[in-house]
Amino acid sequence: MAEVNNQKEVLISVRNLVKRFPIKGGILGREVASVKAVSDVSFNIFRGETLGLVGESGCGKSTLGRCILRLIEPTSGEVVYKGKDILKLPASDMRKLRRSMQIIFQDPFASLNPRMTIEDILGEPLDIHELAPTKADRRKRINHLLDLVGLRKESVSRYPHEFSGGQRQRICIARALAVEPEFIVCDEPVSALDVSIQAQIVNLLQDLQSELKLTYLFIAHDLKVVEHISTRVAVMYLGKVVEYAEADELYSHPTHPYTKALLSAIPIPDPNYRKDRIILQGDVPSPISPPRGCYFHPRCPIAQENCKQEFPPLIGVRPGHQHESACYYAKEGPLVRTVK
Amino acid sequence: MEKILEVQNLQTSFFTESGEVRAVDGISFDLYKGKTVGIVGESGCGKSVTSLSIMRLIPSPPGKIVGGKILYAGKNLLDLSIGQMRKIRGNEISMIFQEPMTSLNPVFTIGNQLMEAILLHQDLSKSGARDKAVEMLKLVGIPSPEKRIQDYPHQLSGGMRQRVMIAMALSCNPQILVADEPTTALDVTIQAQILELLRELQEKVGMAIMLITHDLGVVAETAHEVVVMYAGKVVERATAEEIFKNPKHPYTQGLLNSIPVLSKDPTGKIKKTRLEPIPGIVPNLFDLPKGCRFQERCKYVEDRCRGVEPELRELVPGHWVRCVKAEAGDSAMAVTVSRG
Repeated sequence: MAEVNNQKEVLISVRNLVKRFPIKGGILGREVASVKAVSDVSFNIFRGETLGLVGESGCGKSTLGRCILRLIEPTSGEVVYKGKDILKLPASDMRKLRRSMQIIFQDPFASLNPRMTIEDILGEPLDIHELAPTKADRRKRINHLLDLVGLRKESVSRYPHEFSGGQRQRICIARALAVEPEFIVCDEPVSALDVSIQAQIVNLLQDLQSELKLTYLFIAHDLKVVEHISTRVAVMYLGKVVEYAEADELYSHPTHPYTKALLSAIPIPDPNYRKDRIILQGDVPSPISPPRGCYFHPRCPIAQENCKQEFPPLIGVRPGHQHESACYYAKEGPLVRTVK
Repeated sequence: MEKILEVQNLQTSFFTESGEVRAVDGISFDLYKGKTVGIVGESGCGKSVTSLSIMRLIPSPPGKIVGGKILYAGKNLLDLSIGQMRKIRGNEISMIFQEPMTSLNPVFTIGNQLMEAILLHQDLSKSGARDKAVEMLKLVGIPSPEKRIQDYPHQLSGGMRQRVMIAMALSCNPQILVADEPTTALDVTIQAQILELLRELQEKVGMAIMLITHDLGVVAETAHEVVVMYAGKVVERATAEEIFKNPKHPYTQGLLNSIPVLSKDPTGKIKKTRLEPIPGIVPNLFDLPKGCRFQERCKYVEDRCRGVEPELRELVPGHWVRCVKAEAGDSAMAVTVSRG
């Protein structure tokens, strides 16, 4: 898929990534089935951009994010970072590489150790990667980090519980920045925060990106936030990328029926606006035994006979745009057969 | 319009070791037959405590309703005995909670749990209650309800569980449905299904809905009237149309401005390159500022905002605002929500 772009440098290339979680059963504990969390996903992330990854819960977006950092070991495929397949690296090399690749988690309440002060939290990555030879250096860097994320210097001796959700997320961001990474996986960084605070964190992430030339993989289920922050967006459904394009292009010309349904489901804060919502029937099928053919066909309002046979390939639609869609009937405009 | 419930100057406090927390500090609003009131606010503003107070479900101690009246059918709910309240709760007034996963009992089948409320409040035999339970499951759109009734909660998906919760809440044809963040734990496509379902059922049954949410999009789509809460007080109250078209309180304006706008926003708003968050954080209820509770985060703050707390004033008929600076007419303070 995504051809090599001449102008932009590919920072990370994910190729045919697969992650299956085995389900063991029976007295012998043999593998009886598996959860296909990520199946055959490929995409590129260019330097300095934000790739948004959207999808509903259980679609594999967080697993994918973690596989890229090898926090979860993928079953097969390649993750090429600056020309090297990091899945083949030994653990010690991988550890060094983690300096360049960091992650921010969803829940700022669960991802900070309650017994560590802010100084300990921010100092730990500096110690591990030996980035602060002297005590004074360490202090200086920690102060600088707090300054970057907009927290007061006095915070160093305080504990996570003394901070609000938004401030804790700032601490998590500072921790990720401590090792001066190039690439950060933001796994639902604003989902647990209140609306007014969400906007603060989104702005902070954008400021840091332009200041420190960061590259983000931004995982979220809030489609509005994803469009706001992303350069390009990939939509996932049941472990597969079903549509992939520049953010503006995807949101203004969605072609996959699932993307259309997702976009139409966004509540719009205007009571006078009543739109033709595509209400999908049923739930997301189990990733243990996904349906044959296109995974979306049981809920798809325009599914035809051939959709039940084989999963459609992710191919270019809308010539002139880098826009790919995995649907035999991908096209713009309203769904022909809308379900009431 | 027929008034069903009147909340007058409700005050609910929690008595903790560090002192009294006034979680709900004198709020008033009305519910009308067949209409929806949306209660909006961020975490800790007292919106859930309001709903629990109406249901008389405030854990006591430490909580206590210290003042006000809740008038339903000529009676003050706060004067009723536990036995009398039990007859109303789940029967005439029922509630759906945010977490469908934790509010169903995992060791009983959903049929068993549905029938419990029906047998308690209605004069039906066991088989009659069973038929009623099946009928309710059918009403909320659960496929093959005769079989599903024997399922345990873990066998259902999140959306299905929320449907079961709604079926349970509606099984005794309540006059009032209190929905506390009914879709927050669900994905957008499922959220769209559930909101649609609530709207349909409201039309069919004619109940009044009190919808508690932090999502302004959800409010815009479902509520007829909106109550905006901040730190335990109502800061603005008006029809949904008025609130979104002509927000008067700086907090309401701030909330609306913090949400990203879609590039192809169907209502013609212009996409923002940068979000406008509300600075700062919600004040500590133990240590509220003197005067307006929003002063520390407000960009229009003046000397007169400090000292005396502003009254809730009726600017134009039906539009109440707690801000000394708000004036009638279009945007006295620069409303920065841009409209095309």
